[in-house]
Amino acid sequence: MSIISVKNIHKIYNEKTVPVHALQGVDLEIEVGEFTAIVGPSGSGKTTLLNIIGGLDRPNQGKVRLADTGLEDLNDNQLIDFRKNNIGFIFQAYNLIPVLTAQENVEFVMLLQNRPKDEMEKRAVDLLKSVGLEDKLNQRPSQLSGGQQQRVAVARALASKPKFVLADEPTANLDSKSTADLLDIMARLNKEENITFVFSTHDSRVIERARRVVNMIDGKIESDEQQAV
Amino acid sequence: MKKILNLAWRNIWRNKRRTLITAASVFFAVLFSSSMKSLQKGAWNEMIKNVTSLHIGYAQIHAKGFWEERSINTSLEESLIKEQLEEIQTEGLIDYLPRIESFALASSGEKSSAVLVVGADLEKEHKLGQLENRMVEGSLLSSNEHGVILAEGLAKKLNLGLQDSLILSSIGYHASSAIDLYPIKGIVSFNNPELNKQFCYLDIKTAQTFYGAEGMLTGIVLNVENNNVLESIVTNLRSKLDSEKYDVMDWMEMMPDLMQAKNLDAAGSLLVLGILYIIITFGIFGTLLMMTRERQYEFGVLTAIGMKKQLLAFSVWLEILFMGFVGAIAGIVGSIPIVQYFVSNPIDMTKFSQDAANTYEKFGFHPVFPMSFDINIFIGQALIVFLICTVLAIYPILVIRSLKPIQAMRK
Repeated sequence: MSIISVKNIHKIYNEKTVPVHALQGVDLEIEVGEFTAIVGPSGSGKTTLLNIIGGLDRPNQGKVRLADTGLEDLNDNQLIDFRKNNIGFIFQAYNLIPVLTAQENVEFVMLLQNRPKDEMEKRAVDLLKSVGLEDKLNQRPSQLSGGQQQRVAVARALASKPKFVLADEPTANLDSKSTADLLDIMARLNKEENITFVFSTHDSRVIERARRVVNMIDGKIESDEQQAV
Repeated sequence: MKKILNLAWRNIWRNKRRTLITAASVFFAVLFSSSMKSLQKGAWNEMIKNVTSLHIGYAQIHAKGFWEERSINTSLEESLIKEQLEEIQTEGLIDYLPRIESFALASSGEKSSAVLVVGADLEKEHKLGQLENRMVEGSLLSSNEHGVILAEGLAKKLNLGLQDSLILSSIGYHASSAIDLYPIKGIVSFNNPELNKQFCYLDIKTAQTFYGAEGMLTGIVLNVENNNVLESIVTNLRSKLDSEKYDVMDWMEMMPDLMQAKNLDAAGSLLVLGILYIIITFGIFGTLLMMTRERQYEFGVLTAIGMKKQLLAFSVWLEILFMGFVGAIAGIVGSIPIVQYFVSNPIDMTKFSQDAANTYEKFGFHPVFPMSFDINIFIGQALIVFLICTVLAIYPILVIRSLKPIQAMRK
């Protein structure tokens, strides 16, 4: 069953001055439980595609359906609500809230969902345990290493019980050990809890772990292959 | 809500130095404004108290139209008005002071002068304006005593002293002839030169007999606890007395010049405080510009993960309010002991400039200015800071409203 369906997506930047065709008719279907890497060189359109799938940007042409919802039908406020309840985001620069502790960062998304306090606390602690940070609950981002911050970001992305997680170059700022740890965690969550992960990356270590690799060049999908892990 | 408050509170301390500098500017503005307004209010209360207690009182009741005509023929029937006033319960009112006032010609030998004859119960007048303490010679008149108390300037002009006599002549009630000879029983001194050269007091019964107006009054002065209770007393009396027959006038209506001076002073200080607050506003706005600029990326991330723009704007508004209120509360707390000190230890102008003190005294003002401890002054400061912060919050709110997460995160 497709959880992400992208049809004939076009995205043009600087339409009125010097048009840049970031995406040129992209079609993509992603099933529940996939562990997919979108790869390609810089400027190939992988981040743009991820932004459009995540409802952070709108295409000039084409349709995006996520879990039976057409994003083009949603206004900005509805899109924010949709993202909050359906999509988990992991950013390259972690993007945790600096004044909140690890636990509070994870709880924050649930707070936006108006979840009960007890449930928020329990889930935040469970998620941080599952990413190996049970001893860092009360540390602020500035007191954590890059790898630890990115693991908090993974826990935060999962806190809202999203239908899928989008990760934009999640390992770009991490060392080898942290990258391996993070990939292990995400692979385990994907395998054990059937969480759908979609990455944009050009990190070979991430590509090796993906079960499906979508290769983009110049705003088009050049290849789309399943691979054994 | 608690978490959002917590988040906003923590956010303002992300850049401690900047927050402290911004809060400090608000602190000094509030400290200065609270102290200045307290001094201004205290000084004006003192001046009004001086002026009103000297003669005019905080308010007066007259027969309809008396104040415009100032004619003894437009007077009140004493028994009738007293009967009506006895039925009106008025909180904060100390006493009613009946008076009969009119002009007369005072003569002694070859000299004469126009005088204002004030027929009054001098015991009650003493309670209003400390009349006995202003006596330089002689004593107050007792009830029905046939005699006159002269203002010092008038006595000098007519070259009179105690035990001398004075002829008063005037046109009395309904054009009757009023003329009589009075022994001088006392000399009273006013700081105000205008009062000093024209006042003479008679006992009220004596004055009524002099003017042929037995049982009549030209006015009743209200001796009230303070200016703060005046409005309710005047409103109460106006609602209960027949407005076709009586005028109830407060000192602001009777002395529009003083009111204008007060308003002019208030406008001047408003201008000074306005300039001060404009400077503070720009200070806070500078901080706000930096904060908004620095946090574009963060705002983008927060909306990306599902924080509604309204909630984000609310959170930023709270941050600005917190920053303002840290300074405002510190300013209020800092100004309370200053104000309290000058309430108990008024500023005595004679210690700074004898010339200035003399000038004040010349116009009938006691040259000692206490501050006024009025909680509304502090609440007012907090409201001004709230208003400034709320108006300034429009800028980040507009930025957030037009925020595109992707563009914000690119910045």
